[in-house]
Amino acid sequence: MFQNIGEMVLLFWQTLRALPLTWRQRDKVLDQCFEIGNASLLMVTVLSFFIGGVLTLQTGPTMVERGLANYVGGIVGFSVARELAPIMMAILIAGRIGSAMAAEIGSMRVYQEIDALRTMNINPIHYLVLPRLVAITVALPMLVTFSILVAWLGGAVVARLTAEIDIPLQSFFENLKAMVALKDVAHGVFKGFCFAWIVGIVACHQGLVTRGGPRGIGRSVTKAVVNAIVLIVISDFALTRLFVVLGSFGILK
Amino acid sequence: MSATSSTQPGVAVQVRGLRRHYGTQEVLQGIDLDVLPGEIFVIMGPSGSGKSVLLRHLIGLEQPDAGEILINGESIQTPAVADRYRLAMVFQSGALLNSLTVGENVGLYLREHRLKPPAEIARIVTEKLDVVGLKGTENKMPGELSGGMKKRAAIARALVSEPQLILYDEPTSELDPLSSVVVGEEIRKLNQRTGVTSIVVSHDRDLAFGIGHRLAILHEGRIVALGVPEEIKASPLPIIRNFLNADFKLDPSNL
Repeated sequence: MFQNIGEMVLLFWQTLRALPLTWRQRDKVLDQCFEIGNASLLMVTVLSFFIGGVLTLQTGPTMVERGLANYVGGIVGFSVARELAPIMMAILIAGRIGSAMAAEIGSMRVYQEIDALRTMNINPIHYLVLPRLVAITVALPMLVTFSILVAWLGGAVVARLTAEIDIPLQSFFENLKAMVALKDVAHGVFKGFCFAWIVGIVACHQGLVTRGGPRGIGRSVTKAVVNAIVLIVISDFALTRLFVVLGSFGILK
Repeated sequence: MSATSSTQPGVAVQVRGLRRHYGTQEVLQGIDLDVLPGEIFVIMGPSGSGKSVLLRHLIGLEQPDAGEILINGESIQTPAVADRYRLAMVFQSGALLNSLTVGENVGLYLREHRLKPPAEIARIVTEKLDVVGLKGTENKMPGELSGGMKKRAAIARALVSEPQLILYDEPTSELDPLSSVVVGEEIRKLNQRTGVTSIVVSHDRDLAFGIGHRLAILHEGRIVALGVPEEIKASPLPIIRNFLNADFKLDPSNL
């Protein structure tokens, strides 16, 4: 485990050092961005809409019953922006894109394509890892922002259509606006940015260390997704705690 | 030997005391070899004898535990030396990038290193594919090619860098006899035309004796015989006799 962590840190560092070469790899970055967006947008829309809806459905009736109907929009908006959207998107992207990255790079490793790159003096980190990491770092925060907006809409629609809640759209959004600040959205987007690095590095690392044949590729894909999700949840706690501590010092409150 | 200019075709390769362990198994047990500039040097041996591992060390994909590899007398463990010489390798599977077309694969080296403008790269790609008899396949995906065509495309990709040394890892494995002859002929023609030094790893006896100027027999990580094809064919060593004469009538227990 410690060897894996060390290798991932090293891979991350080598990729950061290669960042100035991003412009040269811009076509691959755009391809990857398109791949991530195209593959995920419909899923993100459906998932976000229903997560916002479920959250409203879970909290709305109880809050209305206790005379707190004015807080439903705020609670839903706040939870989605700070927590649900970033973690949901990160897990979705780990499953959908992280697995594809690990499989593609793993297959290239097994079938000697990466060795072929090295014999041509082409650095696999520059050619394979850098475009993927940059693309996911750009795409995931954008997906998080989109997810927040769709989940808010989902929450508002469910609040309006559910008889036990019955909050008009305008009231829902007014309440949301009163409780949720731009920094809350920025908080979620920042988390998305950090989770993107985790998904990208874990997936690329698992791909690069793939051994054996198709079975090895399958194992790498599983490990890439599971390890990424575990790291996302742990780092989510760490980031949230960090924000709480910084908030107590009056920073980022 | 002094360093040659990188424009000179064909380099001399010397291997001195090369050793490599994987766990407790010593795969290369002190290899010593001299490959002359411009020759086709074939390394033969049974599966698991360390042929491919030796090739991976020669191209720098793996580092030895001991010993050194010299090109024109200079150790390639020194990065500056390794950069000075143009080495290429044709992998057993071809190792074409499946996400790229054949043309993109062949032009990859020039494109990634920005050595030529796109129009010039396209011209070179067409020219190299023509050399290996694959003209018109630029826009095909590797998956659309047969095994033999993939290997020839891999040779075209290797040629793009105008290498001074080409390493071939089992170039005729998984090919039918006719395709094997075509690939073997390509290796010989390239060697004659460009003077490039070629090291071929194979257990294909017909290929080895058909194209090799000199041969080495590798067995359990050691060179057990080295010489021109006639010398190898005449070798009285049982291990070589068994390897060269192996057929379905032979008792495997004697191997």
